[in-house]
Amino acid sequence: MTDQAGKSFSVALLGKGGVGVITAGELLLAAAARCGRYGLMIRVVGPQIRGGESAALVRLGSEPINCLDDRFDILLGIDWKHSEQVLADISIDADSIVVTDPAQDGVPGAIAASGAHIRELELSSLAETINGGRVNMVALGYVAGLAGIPQAAVTQSIENKFGRKGRLSVDASSKAAVLGHSEATTSSPPASLDEPQENRWMISGNHATGLGALRGGVRFAAAYPITPATEILEWLAPRLKDAGGALSQAEDELASINMAIGASFGGVPSITATSGPGLSLMIEGLGLAVCAEVPVVVVNVMRAGPSTGIPTKAEQSDFNAAIYGLHGDAPHIVVAPNSVTDCVYTTQWAVHLAEATQAPVIVLSDQFIGQAIVVTDPIPAISFFAKRKLAENVSEDFERYAITADGISPMPLPGTPGGQYTADGLEHNAKGAPSGAAADHNAQLDKRARKISDFDYGQHWADIDGDGELAILTWGSTTCMVREAIQRLPDEISDKLKLISLRLLLPAKPIEMAAALDGVERLMVIEQNHTGQLYRYLRAWYDLPPIVDTMHRPGPSVFRPGEIAARISEWCDE
Amino acid sequence: MSALAACKLKASDYKSGTRPVWCPGCGDYHVLLSLTKSVAELGLPPEQIAVVAGIGCSSRIPAYLNCYGFHGVHGRALPLATGLKVARPDLTVICAGGDGDGFSIGGNHLLHACRRNVDITYVVMDNEIYGMTKGQPSPTTAQDWDSELTPGGTGVSPFHPLVIALASGANFVARAFSGDPSGTTKILVDAISHPGFSFVQVLSPCVTYRPDQREWKTMVHPPPVAFTTDAAQAARRVMTDDGFNIGVLYKGSRDRYGQTVDCNARYERDLDEEFLV
Repeated sequence: MTDQAGKSFSVALLGKGGVGVITAGELLLAAAARCGRYGLMIRVVGPQIRGGESAALVRLGSEPINCLDDRFDILLGIDWKHSEQVLADISIDADSIVVTDPAQDGVPGAIAASGAHIRELELSSLAETINGGRVNMVALGYVAGLAGIPQAAVTQSIENKFGRKGRLSVDASSKAAVLGHSEATTSSPPASLDEPQENRWMISGNHATGLGALRGGVRFAAAYPITPATEILEWLAPRLKDAGGALSQAEDELASINMAIGASFGGVPSITATSGPGLSLMIEGLGLAVCAEVPVVVVNVMRAGPSTGIPTKAEQSDFNAAIYGLHGDAPHIVVAPNSVTDCVYTTQWAVHLAEATQAPVIVLSDQFIGQAIVVTDPIPAISFFAKRKLAENVSEDFERYAITADGISPMPLPGTPGGQYTADGLEHNAKGAPSGAAADHNAQLDKRARKISDFDYGQHWADIDGDGELAILTWGSTTCMVREAIQRLPDEISDKLKLISLRLLLPAKPIEMAAALDGVERLMVIEQNHTGQLYRYLRAWYDLPPIVDTMHRPGPSVFRPGEIAARISEWCDE
Repeated sequence: MSALAACKLKASDYKSGTRPVWCPGCGDYHVLLSLTKSVAELGLPPEQIAVVAGIGCSSRIPAYLNCYGFHGVHGRALPLATGLKVARPDLTVICAGGDGDGFSIGGNHLLHACRRNVDITYVVMDNEIYGMTKGQPSPTTAQDWDSELTPGGTGVSPFHPLVIALASGANFVARAFSGDPSGTTKILVDAISHPGFSFVQVLSPCVTYRPDQREWKTMVHPPPVAFTTDAAQAARRVMTDDGFNIGVLYKGSRDRYGQTVDCNARYERDLDEEFLV
């Protein structure tokens, strides 16, 4: 165990919807951030819209945290009814502490069988002693105490969150948290305080995606709600308005992609966000954007598929749809953020790529990084900004789809005198007039392919760590677990490893990959889907080392670092 | 644009010179003529107009105009036009297409475009047929019309687009006949000038697959009464008329869609601040 794993502390708060375990989890994270900790929170919910079981899974530590641990130190159940489905995500063992209210009928059999220490805490009785006191706040105080977070930080976070609800609400919550906190600290000495931090951020991947879009210059979004992507659109709605932009709610995903393309044709950088089933509907529009050469960004927050699948759970199984889903020869770009905070960077880059190449870009995020909330240092701004090659002074013989060396043809925006052309999903000649001629088809296919393949993606195509002869290749959210797995391994193993996390999935970069794989003897591909979609794609596009192994499995449970560390360790000995 | 410059614009200034794919005698030629005459009459500079269409014979119209155009995918012209108008409120956005594109594959978009009431004009050249695919019934085809795809007829009642548009909230509803270009021009001038979503159904015969529609010229007539501002009354009239009343039928005064992009806005808010713990 390395420092990070050793120092981290994992808490699961469980209760039926409405008791406020998610609020308690967010406050715990905020309080931890105030006293210099980092952290991550995952929300687990059952299928019910309201009133089902839900859990806040919180992990705190002194180093940045990007994924859950393998197990939980504390599991606090406000109640245990209908908890089976949620408990599947919460692994406990003999070293764990399970906190239960004696007013409940005892803990479920699986918990009792784990051998964890069972500790009773009169959550509901304690809450009742305070006017307006709620059990979730008692629970918050208690787990904050166990985590060594001072009561002052908890109170401050409560003030911050409930301040606008008025004094009574803040006082009731604070008092309940104080009660819980005092119960915790009586049993063990308080942990030492870390350096207080004033400038930490708390951000979810979906909000980070919205931030990246706005920073990149997006000023129009089209929206059709879908789990787990809706928060991107809800976050953007008021902020786009503040920026002079607009968000239109569409009647379906066919409309949302076309609205985004229409707005972008008008010159406004545009985005939409969806998840698997919505991406399927948008594919038709994406083909139009390829052929008509209109920039647009589609964020696909992947969930377990196919079809409606498991909407609240992550999977990396839309890889094939994003890469191969379009009909015809349709060059486009697919990128994937590889952590919650990287959603800012990769989305901003996606806007830049779409605008620069006049092509659609699909951003493959997923439910895990989309809905996880992390405590992080502020995410610095980068210089990528939407910049289109425009035709501003148009001559008589102007050609909208001119055959250029880099494949990118200057685009006149509507309103530009003399630049009138028809953007078309029909094959066309350089002028833009419909054409079924072989020469035009070939010339335009070549041009559209060239602008994507020849674009300079710089160093951003992959994040590469280490220089060993055994390479691990992964993408997207799984990178978070792989990174931690490698950190946990002893030096004699980790020194042999090299991690390649692909950010640019399409176009393929065989030359850069060959350089990255130079001297690599064996390769392992790790991804979260049933068929090894990235692995099969790599086989088609890249020259790989003679021995390639894979580790892939579907959702709904995301990888845990321990599982990956064990597999890598075994693989290194093979 | 100055009044002088506006005077100089002629209908022919709006034509691209590309030869249409339409059959000789197709009603759409006259719609193209009426459209160019109406924007010339309004004095709109060609570069300030965008014509957005889907797929079908009539949806080819953007390429025949010297305006900005978008020939998108089947049925999705209205969302394209909506996004464009929200992003670029300075442009005159005209959406055009046929009955299959607009009422069948794009039917859902029609409902919501009417509801949203974005300031665009939607011109549907209705010939009660899929012409480009060579003669299949559309949502406005009579139920006993025989075709290879539906021998003996569809057995399904035709759809009444104007009633649907009224029920969905269109702010301007008219019916025109392509064989009367000056009447159609007047209606289009009125439709483009009216704020909000204007819906114009143009009866535009397909002489190839529906030679019977040559008779439409003897069947059309002006409406017996002037347009109304009462949508319920307009709906009742169009539900009970013979389908050949030509003219403006309804003018509403609903508020336009509120979302719009201001390209000159500068971003003032500190986005980073909200993430601070």
